Amino acid sequence: MSPNPNPRAPLPIKVLAGLGVVLIVLPLAGLIQRAAWSSLFEDLSSQAALDALQLSLLTSLAATALALILGLPLAWVLARSKLRGRSIIRALVLVPMVLPPVVGGVALLSAFSLRSPLGGWLHDVFGLQLTFAPAGVILAETFVAMPFFVLTVEAAIRQSDPRVEQIAATLGASPAAVMRRVTLPTVAPAIGAGAVLAWARALGEFGATVTFAGNVAGRTRTLPLAVYLALESDPNAAIALSLVLLVVSFAVLVSQRERWWNNQ
Amino acid sequence: MCHLADASYPLTMSRSSKVLAALTLVVALGAAGCSDDSSTTATNDSTTTAASTPSDTCTTEGDITVSAAASLTESFTAIADDIEEECDGADITLTFDSSGKLSEQILSGAPVDVFASADEKNMDKVEDDQASTPEIFAKNNLVIVTKPGNPEGIKTLADLADAGIVALCAEDAPCGNFAGQALESANVSINESNVTRGENAKATLAAVAEGDAVAGIVYVTDALAAAESTDSVEIPESNNVIASYPIARINGPGSSELAQLFVDRVLGPEGQKHLKDAGFLAP
Repeated sequence: MSPNPNPRAPLPIKVLAGLGVVLIVLPLAGLIQRAAWSSLFEDLSSQAALDALQLSLLTSLAATALALILGLPLAWVLARSKLRGRSIIRALVLVPMVLPPVVGGVALLSAFSLRSPLGGWLHDVFGLQLTFAPAGVILAETFVAMPFFVLTVEAAIRQSDPRVEQIAATLGASPAAVMRRVTLPTVAPAIGAGAVLAWARALGEFGATVTFAGNVAGRTRTLPLAVYLALESDPNAAIALSLVLLVVSFAVLVSQRERWWNNQ
Repeated sequence: MCHLADASYPLTMSRSSKVLAALTLVVALGAAGCSDDSSTTATNDSTTTAASTPSDTCTTEGDITVSAAASLTESFTAIADDIEEECDGADITLTFDSSGKLSEQILSGAPVDVFASADEKNMDKVEDDQASTPEIFAKNNLVIVTKPGNPEGIKTLADLADAGIVALCAEDAPCGNFAGQALESANVSINESNVTRGENAKATLAAVAEGDAVAGIVYVTDALAAAESTDSVEIPESNNVIASYPIARINGPGSSELAQLFVDRVLGPEGQKHLKDAGFLAP
């Protein structure tokens, strides 16, 4: 007897699955329902909201670029090289994914605050201060977002057939040419997906940012910080900004529909 | 209603025997309520003496959630520990944040049984949810905190105007509102791009103690709690703002008896001692 290709889900499973959907959808629906649609435009075009939007866009894109520049070589090393201690490096690099962001912020402070040796040196020699500066926001966002990029791209490189690269090399391609003309084109979709994931994570970053970079209007007050700060003083503005983040989240999902939606 | 100012309390009860007593109480599960006299506590003796400890006159049971201003962290933790130590069936959950955030949570229906605010404004906001009349239990005033040793040589509020990044509380948190009043009365204005806003008094303090903020304005009590990592500079009385802290029961799902016990304790001599230790002024 051949197994039923489309088993019917037992009722308890259906109920629990339905509850799972409700758990996610209900709060989102609540957010949309609470929105003051009539004043949405004014809420979003206030100077404070525009400052936060602009800063968030700038810092999250910069963090994504940084994650790409550093994360791509890292993903390649983790997937392909025979480096000893590779698995330890991978575990370390992925720590920020599971670390509470506030702890990440404290860790960044201990490395880069003015009182830390490195932070003090950067300030004395280059006049560079990361705390309370947009550069600090970028650093915090990169810290939490880069692992998403590395993980996505590393998996893709691993899954690609190394023999194609080997054949290219035996045919006389230099290592750089192999990388440029074989490896990168193969994993290009994963690079795109990893970058989008990292960007979304950077855009939503709160804990590490507020702990490390502070909450200075126009300099480090990104969208999530503005939402949190406005929650009592101007709930309509807070919800309007939340909607922006919600729309962005949906856009990210839509852009990645090949990966996450069409699983048929 | 429980009165705990009784000298016969087993305050010295050891931790392990307390756990034992708590376990037996859970197993027995019968005794509830609170009593003023020994005649009614007699029914509970079997549960508490089973762990060979002195009979406990506090039998208030239940769970409550207390929402308190962040500046109350140390004192309220000590008060809740006392009560949990003495009342075996009592479980007190404390949540600390800015009073503005907490009042907003209560208005949104958060299950809170006691609210202690750092200002009367936020207590008034939750008037419809109050289950008892708010009472002032402590006062606090503001102080400037700086890095240890005060490297920037900050002496007055005016020095904050061009000192670098200054940490203030969010404008809707009482400490931010009061700091704004103090700065205004001293005719000092700090450019907002030089201000980092903490979500509450503790976060504001942390920006100075752990972060790179040059100075901040917090409550005297916060500065005292962080005396090892910060220095403080007094704000003259003429510019200072006295914060009055009201406490009230809230219509929450927890034990109203335990909630009342908590409020009584905060207003009573033992609670007041913890508050005084933390640097609060008497109401």
